[in-house]
Amino acid sequence: MTVLGQAGTAVAAAADDPSCYSRFTNNWVCVSYWQDRSSDLIDATQEHLQITVVSVLLGLVIALPMAVIARRFARLKAGILGLSTALYTIPSLALFPILVVFTGITMTTVIIGLALYSLTILVRNTLTGLEAVPDDVRESATGLGYGSTRLLLKIEFPLALPVIMAGLRVATVSTVALTTVGAIVSYGGLGELLLDGVNNDFKAEIFAASVLCVALAFTLDVLLLALQWLMTPWTRARGA
Amino acid sequence: MLGDAWNYLTQWSNWTGSDGMLELLYQQLLLTLTALAITVVFALPIALYLGHVGRGGFLAINISNIGRAIPTFAVLVLLSVGFVGTDTLGPYGRAGLATLIALVLFALPPVVTNGYVAVREVDKDIVEASTGMGMTGWQVFWRVELPLAMPVIMAGVRLALVQVWATATIAALVAGPGLGNVITSGFYNSNLGKGLAGAFVVAAVAFVLEMLSIGAERLVTPVHQRRSGRTEAPRKTVSAAV
Repeated sequence: MTVLGQAGTAVAAAADDPSCYSRFTNNWVCVSYWQDRSSDLIDATQEHLQITVVSVLLGLVIALPMAVIARRFARLKAGILGLSTALYTIPSLALFPILVVFTGITMTTVIIGLALYSLTILVRNTLTGLEAVPDDVRESATGLGYGSTRLLLKIEFPLALPVIMAGLRVATVSTVALTTVGAIVSYGGLGELLLDGVNNDFKAEIFAASVLCVALAFTLDVLLLALQWLMTPWTRARGA
Repeated sequence: MLGDAWNYLTQWSNWTGSDGMLELLYQQLLLTLTALAITVVFALPIALYLGHVGRGGFLAINISNIGRAIPTFAVLVLLSVGFVGTDTLGPYGRAGLATLIALVLFALPPVVTNGYVAVREVDKDIVEASTGMGMTGWQVFWRVELPLAMPVIMAGVRLALVQVWATATIAALVAGPGLGNVITSGFYNSNLGKGLAGAFVVAAVAFVLEMLSIGAERLVTPVHQRRSGRTEAPRKTVSAAV
């Protein structure tokens, strides 16, 4: 009778409280956590994706003109490269609080910080790509009557695209990883789940957030690789 | 807010004591240097050897690509909540071991990739000439490859130093050691001035470390290499910020 009673209580408890993420079992891998909290996970992933994409796009919008200026005016090159590299030495946990002074505790703070970090890689790769365009090609284009703007848009950028895209992939993947630190100002996407998980010793949440974060980085990398494949058909024609 | 930060920084009592900023600064420097030393002593020789014999390049290069995709914060959380725990480790503080392991993991990619690439990319003609002169494999490595590879190796170590310092700051997010605690406690207690003060100190030390390591890099780089291509080569492998 007593045995039956205990078994009955255990079954009831299991039905109410999914055992693998209760405080007592606290498993790392817990399918019912993923099911029960799927809306939390989706929201955090969406915020993470939004922060990453906007940051990298902002970084790209700033980096392209910076690289073009560095290419045109040799005197500014060292300064521009130095500046974009110096930004990168500031630890992210320090950069976000400093930006809070200007933009408050908002998503903008995190986005500006991440965009600044992406500059290091984006400016350098764009410049490398532009510099790698052979002089012969440039001279031929000039001979055909291309002005400097048309030369840049029609000849130099397309030829530099593989190197620029390589930089974009690196910048995107590292921005996904870095977005987690945005949790310090409450806009860290999956990083907020990590912070919550560490504060509450909640292993299923920590594991889920970590896995989703790495999966997001991997997915975006593959998508950018596919985009590069679509944008540079001439590189395939040569290989075939 | 800037005024609050200034007040926090100029009040001497915030610097002294067992949880003052000087103690935390010392703790974080100790963590950073220990992790870097472990990486340089154990991993760098392997990377240099692989570069010398020209094997394992796929691994040596890809370790950097994988390292970029893995969030430092997640690794720290996984280590401290799970496998390693948050016990205090001597002068390294709470969650000292978890932090040290995470720091070594994040120092590995720049050190290993740059070490491998540096030795691998030494001009093959020079290596052949040295062998032709009758140098043994060890002599070629020690007298020819290593000196020529030094700038790129040092660039990797320098990158690792700054990165490890930055990672050590994040340890505070898992209630670990280091100056990041000033930042997190400022934010958690709505004392933004304090958070900002901590951020300034962390950023200033990062800058000083970068400057010191540029100086050290100059010291170990042979004079004749300083002008030609020195500024280009070290930038081959830029790793992720943390």
